[in-house]
Amino acid sequence: MKTIAVLGTGCSNCVRLEKNAREALAITGVEAEIVKVTDYAEIMAYGIMSTPGLVIDGKVVSVGRVPSAADITAWLGE
Amino acid sequence: MTTIAIRRTALPFWLGVAAAVVAWTIAWFAALPFSTWLAFDVLGLQAGSHLGEAIAFFLYDVPKVLLLLLGIVTVVTLIRGFFPPEKVRGALAGRGEFVGGVGAAGLGIVTPFCSCSAVPLFIGFVEAGVPLGVTFSFLISSPMVNEVALVLLWGLFGPGIAAVYMVAGLTVAIVGGFVIGRLHMERYVEDYVWALQGTGGASFEVKLSYEDRVRDAWTYTKDLVRRILPYIMIGIGIGAFIHGFVPTDLVVAIGGPGNPLAVPLVVLIAIPLYSNAAGTIPIVQALLGKGMAVGTTLAFMMAMTAISLPEFIILKKVIKTPLIVAFATIVTIGILIIGYLFNFLIY
Repeated sequence: MKTIAVLGTGCSNCVRLEKNAREALAITGVEAEIVKVTDYAEIMAYGIMSTPGLVIDGKVVSVGRVPSAADITAWLGE
Repeated sequence: MTTIAIRRTALPFWLGVAAAVVAWTIAWFAALPFSTWLAFDVLGLQAGSHLGEAIAFFLYDVPKVLLLLLGIVTVVTLIRGFFPPEKVRGALAGRGEFVGGVGAAGLGIVTPFCSCSAVPLFIGFVEAGVPLGVTFSFLISSPMVNEVALVLLWGLFGPGIAAVYMVAGLTVAIVGGFVIGRLHMERYVEDYVWALQGTGGASFEVKLSYEDRVRDAWTYTKDLVRRILPYIMIGIGIGAFIHGFVPTDLVVAIGGPGNPLAVPLVVLIAIPLYSNAAGTIPIVQALLGKGMAVGTTLAFMMAMTAISLPEFIILKKVIKTPLIVAFATIVTIGILIIGYLFNFLIY
């Protein structure tokens, strides 16, 4: 069971990122829990300044862009 | 560092990019003859008539603005992908107040900004030890001297006005930030921001292939254009109406250099138009053509992009009201000065 965190305060990009992440989970069949991190202090604690960010199992994999479901699929496979 | 190259067939991708560039160029040069032909030959409108001129303006401006946005925003987005705020912060952290302010204002042009990212940016800057005044130079310049405004100004008014707008905007950002720095308002930053100082720093760097960068830029541009397209169409529609029907005398009487209250008036009008800057520029173009003063036009454009109530409300999470008021007041005064100065210099 993996943990995926979507970092962002709820703008449209964060919503799209979450959608892509769910799509990637559906494609790979990987079991994961998606957490939304919306608190500024918590987001900043990951050392990023541009949202949306994507964290898989505590590791930041993407910042300031909306990766495609295919990108996320590849990261999930690591 | 995770860098996953998802191998797509690279050659057809770049062929597609080349085809898009060629198609864009052809469309750009075909837009004027095509719209003229459509308006006066196909629709049989009279050149010089009110309706004919209004419709020709609309038919020409729509493809022109669309092409400009699609082409140049993609290129600009691609370029600024190389200047993420994490990097900018590093470049500004060690600088003194003056060099920092100038650098921050300049970097504000190339750095992506939307009001929803104002807070993380602010915290990130302060956390890294960037002086408050320098941070504000960046916060003023980033939305005001933005690529959409510059592109539309260049395309619709020519390079002169775009350059003047950029220089004036940078000046407001540098001086405004400097003044805020002099006011020593550090105590009006929320305490938890200072508490975060030094905790960050494990900064993350994105490594992307050129292909990914081009794809990202194109996706971003498509989204942006889709979002602002309705406003642009409405704006060009109103601009076309003004171009064809509103008498020049009326525009000159209200917005011309002879009306001393024109500058504060347009600044007031501009405040609620924040999110619709793209749609408002065609209206401004028509008004300028009808005799609105240049300084007044600049003040209008700047107020529209720089004075944003939603942004002030979001910033409330990190700074206290007196500092927000100081920020808004200084930016407004700067814009008023620019407006009056250009009206004075030109007329």
